[in-house]
Amino acid sequence: MGLLQNTLPPKKRIKRPFTWGDVIVILLMAVLLYGGARLSFDSPLIIEGPQISLNPSALPWYTLLSVGRMLGAYILSLLFTLTYGRTAAYNRHAESVLMPLLDVLQSVPILSFLPIVLLGLSAILPERVAAELAAVVLIFTSQAWNMTFGWYQSLTTIPKELLEASSIFRLNTWLRFKRLELPFAMIGLIWNSVMSWAGGWFFLMASEIFTVGSKDFRLPGLGAYLQEASNQGNFYCIALGLAALIFTIVALDQFVWRPLLAWSDRFKVEMVESDQPPTSWFYDAVHTSRLFLWIRSVLLKVNEQFDLWIIRRAPMRLYTEVKTSKRNWKTGIFYSLTGGLLLYGGYRAALMLVLIPSTQWAQIGIGAFATFLRVSLSLVIALLWTIPVGVAIGTNRRVAAILQPIVQVTAAVPATAIFPIILLIFINVTGGLNIAAVFLMLMGTQWYLLFNIIAGASAIPQDLKNTTSILQLSRWETWRTLILPALFPFIITGAITASGGAWNASIVAEYVNFGGQTLFATGIGSLISQATAKGDYPLLLASTLSMILAVILINRLFWRRLYKLADEKYRMG
Amino acid sequence: MAINHTYNALLKLRHVQQTYASGQRRFTAVQDVNLTIYEGEFVALLGPSGCGKSTLLRIITGLQRPSKGTVLYREQPVNGVNPHATIVFQSFALFPWLSVFENVDLALKARGIPSNVRATRTMDLIDRVGLNGFETAYPRELSGGMRQKVGFARAMAVEPELLCLDEPFSALDVLSAESLRSELMELWTGGGIPTKAILMVSHNIEEAVFMADRIVVMDKEPGRIVAEVKVGLQHPRQRKSEAFQKVMDKVYSILAGQTEPETIELGVAPGEQGRTRSLPNVTITDLAGLLEQLSELPENRFDIYRLPHELGVNSDHLLSLTEAAEILGFVYVEKGDITLTSLGETFAEASIQARKEIFAARIRRVPLMRWLMTMLNNSENRALNWDIIYDALESEFPEGDAEKQLDILIDWGRHAELISYNDDKALVYLKTPS
Repeated sequence: MGLLQNTLPPKKRIKRPFTWGDVIVILLMAVLLYGGARLSFDSPLIIEGPQISLNPSALPWYTLLSVGRMLGAYILSLLFTLTYGRTAAYNRHAESVLMPLLDVLQSVPILSFLPIVLLGLSAILPERVAAELAAVVLIFTSQAWNMTFGWYQSLTTIPKELLEASSIFRLNTWLRFKRLELPFAMIGLIWNSVMSWAGGWFFLMASEIFTVGSKDFRLPGLGAYLQEASNQGNFYCIALGLAALIFTIVALDQFVWRPLLAWSDRFKVEMVESDQPPTSWFYDAVHTSRLFLWIRSVLLKVNEQFDLWIIRRAPMRLYTEVKTSKRNWKTGIFYSLTGGLLLYGGYRAALMLVLIPSTQWAQIGIGAFATFLRVSLSLVIALLWTIPVGVAIGTNRRVAAILQPIVQVTAAVPATAIFPIILLIFINVTGGLNIAAVFLMLMGTQWYLLFNIIAGASAIPQDLKNTTSILQLSRWETWRTLILPALFPFIITGAITASGGAWNASIVAEYVNFGGQTLFATGIGSLISQATAKGDYPLLLASTLSMILAVILINRLFWRRLYKLADEKYRMG
Repeated sequence: MAINHTYNALLKLRHVQQTYASGQRRFTAVQDVNLTIYEGEFVALLGPSGCGKSTLLRIITGLQRPSKGTVLYREQPVNGVNPHATIVFQSFALFPWLSVFENVDLALKARGIPSNVRATRTMDLIDRVGLNGFETAYPRELSGGMRQKVGFARAMAVEPELLCLDEPFSALDVLSAESLRSELMELWTGGGIPTKAILMVSHNIEEAVFMADRIVVMDKEPGRIVAEVKVGLQHPRQRKSEAFQKVMDKVYSILAGQTEPETIELGVAPGEQGRTRSLPNVTITDLAGLLEQLSELPENRFDIYRLPHELGVNSDHLLSLTEAAEILGFVYVEKGDITLTSLGETFAEASIQARKEIFAARIRRVPLMRWLMTMLNNSENRALNWDIIYDALESEFPEGDAEKQLDILIDWGRHAELISYNDDKALVYLKTPS
């Protein structure tokens, strides 16, 4: 389960926690949010979504719709990844802008954008189209960043001699992409896609029903079905919906991801055979079948023709003289235009922020602190159970054989899908929403930790384990001197993702419409949702920006330092 | 093919220079190289690591554009990757996800050759390098020698006029390297390939004398050509023959004769006028090992080119070790022989503590270390942050080298108990003598 190592950000020398790039990116966020908020003024006052049918016969169609949304967003993410990552990897100028931008985008709480995206889009588009588009955009933003990072990292780590061989043997851009870049990045790209789909489900569920005041955005789909069912307290339909969801996720795993992973084993760069290559019964069954072989031979012929055509049309480019003066002139104009726009937008956003009374700023501060406490609590709870369980799975094959499949299926169910059910349970307890909110954060984030810890525990070298037993260290001593230090980098990597996810989840967790009533807890996520419901756009802008700032601050000042420590001191080998 | 020497110049380098800028300083990787390769010639580029021979190969094939000077191929300036040249890489550079067949086929496909023509040609080449039966195998299933055969097949598939070999045998075990050399020479001298000339980069003198018609000897800092040696022996060459040994000795004395007077040898401290000499990347344990080995030999001297074989270490590493030992005054190299100095002998026989003291006394003389110690001595608490020293060194060395140099400095300094280093705080301290 070594999948999550792929998400480690590239190792670099970090001198300052903040750069000018960050300032520009945050300014860009402010301008985008401001633009969305401006648009939101014009959104229709009352929006009624389509009726969600609880009839079981509607489920297959709803499932298909949800998967379609996911697929649309995924294709978008893939296109974005390939172009953005390639531009950043091959163009130094672009790299210096694109990579810091991606780094910030990665830590931005995506859900905080949903209200603004939705309202903004509904002002200019028919509401059904706006809701569909908002859902796809939201899922896209949850899928794209890690894929892009992975692709960029692969491109920049292609061995020099392979690049040189590609030039010497005159591979043009297409052949280079197909024969060098894509194969080299393939395994990482597939693992990242798996993770992106898991993250995507979470946001799909959140974006299919979004109610703000009298504006009710609904999209027929699995997520809407589940929410409607729990809204009506219909346990039979909840069970049906969950079954359909789990079935879909398991089917995708068995018929798409596993075969892809089994197939991609050939793209390993190591020059040794792997001892435990990924397997897939479906892949084994299909790739030797006659039909498949026939399709393959046809495709190969078409592919051959296409390759030759494109090689003749676009042979490898010789040196292109760098026209520095001309490009500088053009980029100069581009930069000053964007800069001007940014500054103007920033100015307008600032004007809007000035309108906010100090009491509301205090509210935002208190809310951010309350959410911070919830996030921390959920992280602590997650750590308490994932460390022992993760170590058990990672070091003991028998335990792994039993628990691994259970964990995989459970982890695949998006927390947002079960949230209504959790609400049903906790709603009548005092502080019910508080508990439920922490629960949702926990549900969404613990898996990152667990998978990282499993990966870390299974990477502890056997000779070190033997040494501790030869030295007859006590159980506690073994944990203190070997297991915890060895796990540290993995825990940090997992916790960074988990913490970001928990902040994100606060927006759906702290403010809910349930069974006809509106519940909210004190928190910044709740403030964002309340501002949306009331149509208080300055507050919406202020609270969203504050959350983004809070997350980035915590990342830079806390997590990054720990990550650096983990990277320098506790990395194995 | 030395017999069919036609004296048609295939490739000409005129005043080729490669410099890299890092901060305010410029580094010369290759300085004013003039070289002509004629049709029918097998030329070897020989020199220590870091002498720019690989850079030169990349300039010749057009992978890299020189900072100054011109590259002419058949009197035409080379602009971009030369379509008439290919490279056989030291690390094979095969695509691990492609089978033997697909690896060779790809080179032909990229030139737009239709698949039916490609198939026969690819099979023929695989056959010729003796890999038939392995067409569907993946590189990871093959031994190093077989992988390099694929490398040769792929390079020859495009029928290059100029075949460039970038230390093609140095990653192979002794036996495979030997058999591959002979097979290549058979193809080349037998005229079985349409190749007009071969250029081989090597740091193995014996290999160069065994294969090449002409040996171009290079030296480092800055990388430049220092001599050319015509081999003029008939193929197949006998290594034991007197004539062969004579050429070997000649090349050795050229390579070893490049030793300069001590003042230049040590270089200058950073910031001063002149060249800052970089320290060879070796550990003191390895250095002590070399000196011990030498002290056990009669007369404490040895033929330097037989040393790698004798000690079973790779020759690049040995060159670095020799360089370090020379800088510290433990050995001197003359006419292809390495001799232990009396200081080196004392060191080899000393106790651990005495060794540390001798070592400390010697590295204090190295300008780079002296510079670091002075800088530390003048700072508060006699300690400095790693980053600060790194920044100071960054302007002295090419990109990436400064970090390596600082690591070596810290390693050596720690060994001599002159400085210490705290990794948590990234602080370098001057050790106060107790």
